[in-house]
Amino acid sequence: MLTNQEVAEELLREFGEEVYGFEEPFGMLTLTTTREQIIPMLKFLFDHKKFKANFLTDLTGVHYPDTPGLEYAVVYHLHSLIHNFRLRIKVFLAEGDERIPTATSVYESANWMERETYDFFGIQFEGHPNLIRILNIEEMDYFPMRRQYPLEDTTREDKTDALFGR
Amino acid sequence: MAETQLLVPNVSPPARADQPELVGELTTLNLGPTHPATHGVFQNILQMDGEKIVSTEQTIGYIHRAFEKIAERRPYYQITTLTDRMNYCSSPINNLGWHLTMEKFLQVEVPKRAQYIRVIMMELARISDHLICNGILGVDTGAFTGFLYLFEKREEIYEIYEEVCGARLTTNMGRLGGMERDLSPVAIQKLRDFIKSFPPVMREFELLFNRNRIFMDRVIDVGGISAERALNYGFTGPNLRAAGVDYDLRVMNPYSSYEDFDFIIPVGQSGDTYDRFMVRNAEIWESLKIIEQALENLPIGPYYADAPEYYLPPKEDVYTSMEALIYHFKIVMGEIDAPIGEIYNAVEGGNGELGFYMISDGGRTPYRLHFRRPCFIYYQAFPEMVKDHTLSDAIVIMSSMNVIAGELDS
Repeated sequence: MLTNQEVAEELLREFGEEVYGFEEPFGMLTLTTTREQIIPMLKFLFDHKKFKANFLTDLTGVHYPDTPGLEYAVVYHLHSLIHNFRLRIKVFLAEGDERIPTATSVYESANWMERETYDFFGIQFEGHPNLIRILNIEEMDYFPMRRQYPLEDTTREDKTDALFGR
Repeated sequence: MAETQLLVPNVSPPARADQPELVGELTTLNLGPTHPATHGVFQNILQMDGEKIVSTEQTIGYIHRAFEKIAERRPYYQITTLTDRMNYCSSPINNLGWHLTMEKFLQVEVPKRAQYIRVIMMELARISDHLICNGILGVDTGAFTGFLYLFEKREEIYEIYEEVCGARLTTNMGRLGGMERDLSPVAIQKLRDFIKSFPPVMREFELLFNRNRIFMDRVIDVGGISAERALNYGFTGPNLRAAGVDYDLRVMNPYSSYEDFDFIIPVGQSGDTYDRFMVRNAEIWESLKIIEQALENLPIGPYYADAPEYYLPPKEDVYTSMEALIYHFKIVMGEIDAPIGEIYNAVEGGNGELGFYMISDGGRTPYRLHFRRPCFIYYQAFPEMVKDHTLSDAIVIMSSMNVIAGELDS
């Protein structure tokens, strides 16, 4: 049975200051790394003799428009099936520079998940074999999951929060 | 014996120069978006060299409904109806998976009875999901009979859903903190009838298919995938288990009291279409075993948690008690704020690991909600699996992967 402590220490030993922001929400080891280190880190965990975190459960993006310099997060969920150990790796990217290397060299499954993240958040996965929109139409000229695109018509006046006492 | 004399052809073959020159040209074939064998709207553009598939290009997103965006505006309890429409062949698993995620996030303890009822409903959903997949696989190989037998039983499952939650397809089953109502005597009777009447039908179905020479020739060694490739492609659920990896969330991270039940995880070897079919068949029997056990040992007690902030109070109380009225109003208007945090929680869906990644900023709606849809991830492997197979093989491979368009496109 792997512990969060063990994995965190091993990652600190290997990547030093490039890995930070350790958290444990609901018991899942969560950490942050940089754009330069993400692929080496995925490979390191994939090939690690003990951890064998060889399953990419999920890859997605988050938009935080209110944190300057850290507007976009790309979130990787890894799973070591042998130890039944999960961890979450985040990489924060700045607005206007939302580029990150692709994980398709490590995981085939990253292909569509990265396309989806590009489709909705406009994050450029460099080196991706086929980075085009996947769920939305190709003619779309914006990235709909960004927070500046509200779901509902903002000009409507019958749905203001004041009417609901908020 | 009389001597036979070949007739001299009265038309001489055209001279070499007049014949069209043979060139190695590939044929482009559209499989979908509305092809009957795709069982949903998605497109595969196949490049064929004669009978052989050379390459495949997939186009998906025809029924994308922006659930993740909609979820950012909806109070937590209203998101359940979005999850219905993902894997619509096993909606209760989606619904209850979402409730389980929120309960873990809000740390609501669900009573045993509700957990058992949920297990029963989730296993029924798994049976109906697998029945559709395997029934349709039969249809795609040209055998309609088994499908008809099974669908009669699937109808009974839907009747049980109807008894439990009032709906059949988009069930919106359960509530945050428990079930919306207890199992009625009618529902229990229907469950007992189902447990009794289903095995003979299933056995007949297996007799029709499992050792059927024609069927076996059609599916064995078709679309095989190794365990290593399957893991790299993010396979989960029956498709991964058919490749020989015994990964099942119900055992690995038991939720909703799955640890109380005795069942096995069927595992295949070669990951081909036949193994996928057999794994699903075996899982149906295991699910039936779980339902039997759960019904047998159904605990007595409340069917919802003591969490007035999240669970709607009984209607009588709303009219008579001030507190209940306030909670009722707050829940219905979506005025319940969730704490700040993030969570990833997954359940074993019909097709594999159905995950919910939710980030809350402390408001009434999620800041970000992402669904890990198993179909979306493993369907990427389709081009590799059908390469060098014939078109008819591609049909059965797609069918046995159980790609549900609603889940694919979210």
